[in-house]
Amino acid sequence: MSSDNSHKGKRDRKGLVALSLAGLVAGMVGLSFAAVPLYRIFCQTTGYGGVPQQAEAAPGTVLDRTITVRFDANVDRKLPWTFEPVQRVMDVKIGESNLAFFRATNNTDEPVTGSAGFNVAPGIAGRYFTKIECFCFTKQRLAAGESIEMPVTFFVDPKIVDDESAKNISEITLSYTFYRNDDQSDVVAAGRELNSGS
Amino acid sequence: MANAQAEAHHDDRPTGVRRWLFSTNHKDIGTMYFILAITGGIVGGLLSMGMRTELMEPGMQVFTNPEVFNVLVTAHGLIMVFFMVMPSTMGGFGNWMVPLMIGAPDMAFPRMNNISFWLLAMAMTLLVLSLFMPGAPGTNGVGGGWTIYAPLSTSGTPGIAMDFAILALHLAGASSILGAINFITTILNMRAPGMTLHKMPLFVWAVLVTAFLLLLSLPVLAGAITMLLTDRNFGTAFFDSAHGGDPLLWQHLFWFFGHPEVYILIIPGFGIVSQIVSTFSKKPVFGYLGMAYAMVAIGVIGFVVWAHHMYAAGLEVNTQAYFVFATMVIAVPTGIKIFSWIATMWGGSLSFKTPMLWALGFIFLFTVGGVTGVVLANAGVDRSMHDTYYVVAHFHYTMSIGAVFSIFAGWYYWVPKMTGYMYSEALGKLHFWLMFVGANLTFFPQHFLGLAGMPRRYADYPDAYAGWNFVSTVGSYIGFAGLLVFLFSVAYMFARKQKVGDNPWGVGATTLEWTLPSPPPFHTYETLPRIK
Repeated sequence: MSSDNSHKGKRDRKGLVALSLAGLVAGMVGLSFAAVPLYRIFCQTTGYGGVPQQAEAAPGTVLDRTITVRFDANVDRKLPWTFEPVQRVMDVKIGESNLAFFRATNNTDEPVTGSAGFNVAPGIAGRYFTKIECFCFTKQRLAAGESIEMPVTFFVDPKIVDDESAKNISEITLSYTFYRNDDQSDVVAAGRELNSGS
Repeated sequence: MANAQAEAHHDDRPTGVRRWLFSTNHKDIGTMYFILAITGGIVGGLLSMGMRTELMEPGMQVFTNPEVFNVLVTAHGLIMVFFMVMPSTMGGFGNWMVPLMIGAPDMAFPRMNNISFWLLAMAMTLLVLSLFMPGAPGTNGVGGGWTIYAPLSTSGTPGIAMDFAILALHLAGASSILGAINFITTILNMRAPGMTLHKMPLFVWAVLVTAFLLLLSLPVLAGAITMLLTDRNFGTAFFDSAHGGDPLLWQHLFWFFGHPEVYILIIPGFGIVSQIVSTFSKKPVFGYLGMAYAMVAIGVIGFVVWAHHMYAAGLEVNTQAYFVFATMVIAVPTGIKIFSWIATMWGGSLSFKTPMLWALGFIFLFTVGGVTGVVLANAGVDRSMHDTYYVVAHFHYTMSIGAVFSIFAGWYYWVPKMTGYMYSEALGKLHFWLMFVGANLTFFPQHFLGLAGMPRRYADYPDAYAGWNFVSTVGSYIGFAGLLVFLFSVAYMFARKQKVGDNPWGVGATTLEWTLPSPPPFHTYETLPRIK
């Protein structure tokens, strides 16, 4: 029956099974942390959930079809700013590069830094709504009482008309939420030309 | 005490601290898990009594601060999941019965088994302590629900109570992961000669599947709550949108753990019920392989349906369509199990002893919970039902009635084996009927409240919801009376000391544990049994 040798073999096998299971656990912990960058990369590349794309320039082809772009602005309650779109709505040609402005006012008597999160709705439009320049790419510092207009340059990618599930979209809403961001590295003083320092 | 048993062997049998604190014996560790689970059940049950009493009438009666109500809701959920159901199904029945049913002398790593238990005891202590630590401003304890969604759990609960709860979950998770490694190694390596995987009792299959679910899901929870901890204390921004994080990521990570978790709670119950239905029908279980692989299938699909908890979080419509479909697929293997239990009983020589009553109650009412689950799986329907009492009713039919009924079924089925004493049939049946009536009266009206739009996790409600809330609270008192009868029946059993033989259930009980004396000697299977 169970000689010393086979007994030892069983023990080794137990250790091996336990070790591989422990490896599985370590792998799952690793995956849960890997999920953080993967989730971000996935959203950025696919535009999933309304994450807009970025590009250097507009594609050049302009279609003879317009889409209504609406603008929405929100401020986190910890940030003592007023923040609103200068224009509520724009009719834009698909493929054409457009410029819109948002106005931010610092309501305190000291400089405050904020950064903006952004999103478009409906979510599927994120794949085609593309920004060339945006105040949201960097942190913004407003001096005491300062009020500025911040630009965003964007276009709607002409590929939208080839997408079965997106071609009937007639309205896209671009939404920003400004948060307080006291981390002072990499700040752009508002009013400076965007992207010049970054 | 449970363990004043006649010694079958005069072998090395430690006593006192050496026997319990340093225990490496699967039966003693299982017993300690049961004591912990019963303690957890009493604490969690008392918390729910506080909640139901508050909700009996509109207005604030018991609590002056509604946040305290939310703290009770949170603690009730966490305690029942981590310190009542899991310790009894895996810790208690798993430790006691898996080695006995596969003919192994003990678990593969007895000392690791010991650390699993004591980690869990410490986790429970930490969680109970969190109730008395500052949480949200002005309140003690964690009030964010068992899902502890960010940002309520990060910036919304600045107090140290949340850190206590997070560390409690870390310890409970580590405990379960070590336990899962132990179960898998035991089941894969220590089966008696002749017992192939396809001859294992279904309860052992259930524990094997559950252990794999634990192993794959709990590390994700551990990772997620570590991010929560560093977001709270070390300035990271995993879930803080102001600094480029995403609170939705928490929901994805949590539910990637959370959905398999609900199968972790119920699959051991499937195994227990399969043993009992077969025993009391005096027939082998119908479709054995189908039953085993249905559990495997439920486990696998359980990992790809998590976002059905997030329909209201703003998922794209195509994503929702996928999760609706995948969720409904789970009804197929679950249906296989339900119909196989019925087919096992069909034409069988049925006897309605207490364990069988609990098992039948489980099958009938778990099906009710399953059906409302299919309703909620629809993203469109869920848009209206999300976070209402309909959801509360649904998951209590599967958890409070499903998992708990399977635990009591297993208790009455195996307690004669574990203690050597017969329970009182009359008290067992009284316990069953009180819990059956109580649980249904508590949770069935909550379907109506949910359909009428009553949201969960509030201490108060408009007068329109008063009627069914009153009924629900009365039901919960009846259920609690059932719990008291249970405690009395345990005490009565140990006082009465009515001895049972090796196999009190007769020819239907065919698994290996019934070949041993009751209670089994401290060390079993010194010579391995051989399976034909």
